[in-house]
Amino acid sequence: MGDYSAEVISNIDRDYVANLLDAGKRIDGRAFDECRNTEIEIDVVAAKAEGSALVRLGNTSVIAGVKVLLGEPYGDSPDKGVMMVTAELQPLASPLFELGPPKEPAIELARVVDRGVRESEMIDTAKLCIEPGKKVYMVFADIYPLEYDGNLIDASSLAVAAALHTTKFDEYKWEDGSAVATGKKLDLPIQNSAVEVTVSRIGRHLVIDPSLKEEMVQDCRLTMAVDKDDKLRAMQKGGGPGPLTLDEIESSITMAIERAQDLQKLIKETIKARKKK
Amino acid sequence: MSPETKPDFLINPEGLRVDGRRTDEMRPIELKVGVLKQADGSASIRQGNTYILAAVYGPRELHPRHLTINDRAYLRCVYRMATFSVPDRKRPAPSRREREISMVIANALKPALFLEDYPRAVVDVFIQVIQADGGTRCAAINAASLALADAGIPMKTLVPAVAVGKAEGKLLVDLGDEEDKYGGGDVPMAMLGTTGDITLLQQDGSFAKEELVEAMGMGVTAMKYILELQKEALKRAYTKKVAIEGEDDEEYEDDLETDLGEAEIAGEEDE
Amino acid sequence: MAVYFKKKEVVVPGELLAEGRYRSSMGTYDEDGKVFSALVGIAELRGNTVKVVPLEGVYIPSEGDLVIGTITRVAGNNWKVDITGPYGASLHANNALRRPYDDDISRYFDIGDVIAAEITAFDRNSGPFLTLKGRGLGLLTEGMILDLSPAKIPRIIGRSGSMINMIKDKLRIEAVVAQNGRIWVRATDTPTLNLAIKAFKMIEAQAHTSKLTERIGAMLDQEMADIKEKAPKTVEIESEEEARAPVKAEPPEEEPVPVVEEESVEEVTTAPIEEPAEPKASDEELAPAEEAEAEKDNDNTTEEVTEE
Repeated sequence: MGDYSAEVISNIDRDYVANLLDAGKRIDGRAFDECRNTEIEIDVVAAKAEGSALVRLGNTSVIAGVKVLLGEPYGDSPDKGVMMVTAELQPLASPLFELGPPKEPAIELARVVDRGVRESEMIDTAKLCIEPGKKVYMVFADIYPLEYDGNLIDASSLAVAAALHTTKFDEYKWEDGSAVATGKKLDLPIQNSAVEVTVSRIGRHLVIDPSLKEEMVQDCRLTMAVDKDDKLRAMQKGGGPGPLTLDEIESSITMAIERAQDLQKLIKETIKARKKK
Repeated sequence: MSPETKPDFLINPEGLRVDGRRTDEMRPIELKVGVLKQADGSASIRQGNTYILAAVYGPRELHPRHLTINDRAYLRCVYRMATFSVPDRKRPAPSRREREISMVIANALKPALFLEDYPRAVVDVFIQVIQADGGTRCAAINAASLALADAGIPMKTLVPAVAVGKAEGKLLVDLGDEEDKYGGGDVPMAMLGTTGDITLLQQDGSFAKEELVEAMGMGVTAMKYILELQKEALKRAYTKKVAIEGEDDEEYEDDLETDLGEAEIAGEEDE
Repeated sequence: MAVYFKKKEVVVPGELLAEGRYRSSMGTYDEDGKVFSALVGIAELRGNTVKVVPLEGVYIPSEGDLVIGTITRVAGNNWKVDITGPYGASLHANNALRRPYDDDISRYFDIGDVIAAEITAFDRNSGPFLTLKGRGLGLLTEGMILDLSPAKIPRIIGRSGSMINMIKDKLRIEAVVAQNGRIWVRATDTPTLNLAIKAFKMIEAQAHTSKLTERIGAMLDQEMADIKEKAPKTVEIESEEEARAPVKAEPPEEEPVPVVEEESVEEVTTAPIEEPAEPKASDEELAPAEEAEAEKDNDNTTEEVTEE
């Protein structure tokens, strides 16, 4: 996901990717608007996390886990709960990830995914209030990439969306100045659903769902959060300093909306399959 | 976030544990090799509800340079827990506990490795606890040992590990989370598979000498069993790799031997 | 006296393989007269010598190896070269350029350039060091680089080059197979290139099966027939000479010129040839890369045998 254009990539690799694109082909044989095989597996941390999902996007894989805690509301929104997304790029997932505190790529990943959730108002935080000014639910969705082969943002955004959609947590009531568990389980107050779709520009070509090798030679990428009504809820141009033309942006949006519809279907099917169990 | 309460008893009147196990019974263990494609070697372990991934990178160039050892590779182990792996959300920054466990895991594995084969390099072992339900450092060693073998790192032996302990006066094998928290003692152990020498030993709680010796004996029996599971998991993964095309076993011998640069060695004898 | 493994058996670290009069070699270790496996791999017995052929593993340099590397840094008179594995290599300008050369050696090879080089020295304390002096060594351009497991390279080469030569002959491609697991391939068209990649990946995946050369050959014949059927024109190769011409480095100016080795200057890939596309002299049958790599394979064979 990050900007790995600074990694030394051989001129032969760079030219090979570019020449193939000029001939209308991608290194893994996909069409420019074709995504890698996408799978969602939910409840992978069923015993400890309130919600969890593993997403595979080709050879990229990501786990997102949701914890729902009790906490005090922020001073400027005393009657609203808290929704927060974080990410760690553990070196387990890629030889490119280094040990140490989160660097820009991890921070960007978390913030971009967070914006998709927040700006689409996926969670109705007003319903996460137990006692205004005193106790609210705090929802943390934490992202752990397991295998990085490009396009962590889309994989993470999908994993977070799937985990939030399937989260079950303990209900609390305010009694005599403290929060008491009722023994009931709740779903999160989901009022929208958004997923992020990334398009890379390499030379004058636009490719959706870039693989790692494509990311390493890309000029830039554009990530778009699209909600269930095909509305754009957040965007991020990153992955390199290369500029985009207005036409390229429009084409990217068209690709993203179509892909987002497929992903929304996939989330729905996943939830349905779980209910049957 | 579910509120945790101490169970009424850890051993019931029939002598069974909270999850129905006998005192000397392990939880079900599932080991998989080669689960992470970006890593040079990898393995996963599910032991009850504990779920851990281990990835090995290397031997590779060591950064920062000042850590370089001139006559062998540096073994760097990093044990980390996911924020959502425990009932309360764990803070993302590495804790003192995680750092200490990383160190004892490295020490448990080091005697098994031929690190002198790769002077100046580093072998990185990254361990991610996805779900923690007791015995994570031992489960981590079980998986890490497989990931090292999967990466092709030369090693004297695999390293099995298990935690033994005590609850309500009874010695127990393979402690679960509650037995660890509310029981009377925890003894995580690891050993070299070939010799049985102990490479990890920690203890808390309270044990009489005889008790501890007996508990360790139970641990060794359990580790011998885990060692067999480790061997099976590796062989399963690699036999699959070798036999992608199983069609022509009978023709196998000459072709392979010569093509691997082994021409003209006469006098082959077989068992 | 006993051997505890079956033929072709996958063994794991710490597994007792033999005891008694048996000798430990590659992939094994000896303790109190017992031979144990040190790796996951396939156990083999030759005479009374036990070894384990690895199925995985990184590239460890060895003197005389042909490697393909990417230049990652230019430091004074040295290039730092990534050859995969734990040891970054150095190439000194004296081993790559004819003197006098410009102080700024990035004019000849710069970051991102890919070279075929030979390892001249490597030990526990220093190196590996590289040279471009030798046939088939120098800058590689165009084509693509395939990264495979170094453990599978002997199989890709085959006995005395049988596998790689068959693939080259059938597909009319240029290829440099390097000990560090990298293969450089250049083909006249994309379908042929993809077919070459498919063949190499198939060998990697099935390295430990028998009759592989035959199967690869059959696969190539079949697929080439398919390609021809689809687009008869695209598989035509312009001319044998052109297709086999070695890779040329383009010197930044007339001189100084990358490379060396006076006696074989015209065969060296980085030689100062003004028009890179010019056909080679007709007496030169083998592309330099091909020959170097064939030699390489022979070296290996003898090494292995004498070691025993």
